Amino acid sequence: MKAVYFAWVRERIGRTDEEIAPPASVVSVGDLIGWLSERGEEYAHAFEKPNVIRAAIDRTHVKHDAPIAGAREIAFFPPMTGG
Amino acid sequence: MSAPDRRISIQAEDFDAAAEIAALTQGRKDVGAVVTFTGLCRDEGETLAALELEHYPGMAEEEISRVVTQAESRWPLLGVRVIHRYGKIAPGGNIVLVVATSSHRLAAFEAAEFLMDYLKTRAPFWKKEHRLDGAARDWVSAKDADDRALERWEK
Repeated sequence: MKAVYFAWVRERIGRTDEEIAPPASVVSVGDLIGWLSERGEEYAHAFEKPNVIRAAIDRTHVKHDAPIAGAREIAFFPPMTGG
Repeated sequence: MSAPDRRISIQAEDFDAAAEIAALTQGRKDVGAVVTFTGLCRDEGETLAALELEHYPGMAEEEISRVVTQAESRWPLLGVRVIHRYGKIAPGGNIVLVVATSSHRLAAFEAAEFLMDYLKTRAPFWKKEHRLDGAARDWVSAKDADDRALERWEK
């Protein structure tokens, strides 16, 4: 699946998107945040406050307990500040 | 009743509110109310050089479309325009436009407010501030007040 990052999540990780292959034990969006946080300092920094992170699966907002099975694109970003 | 006249645009270019109103009202006699909201870039007490707006291409259009569909199901709207800009915008520049038309004013007023309240908290856009003093650029924080604004629509 493809992970995409926006705003300060993108800046902290240092990339806009990447292909990821989490193990089967990673079931939910929250699990994926935990798994990504282990990938290095930049990820740990981006996800240091998991509760603040918003997520979308295939361009639809989801909560952290949403399952990631079948997702093609998972986005992580801060609370939105448009309008 | 035919489907509302709807257009959603995510664009870098500026928009013309008057032209959008004209497009929603010309040649029809059923529109009794047009409510327009334009959000502009403030200079924050002469400290801001520009705002830079990042968005999630694809999802921005889809999420705004979902919010517009909700508004259309709640109020008898005749037309809706939502234009949200991205990229660098200087103080005084336009950021967002919402136009709602209906036969009567209450639906148009309420729908325009509803659209803005939901846009602010659900549309995937993020603002970064560029300061005039050259200080490090920083992301604008989301406001609790924007989340609270949604509560009145959830009753």
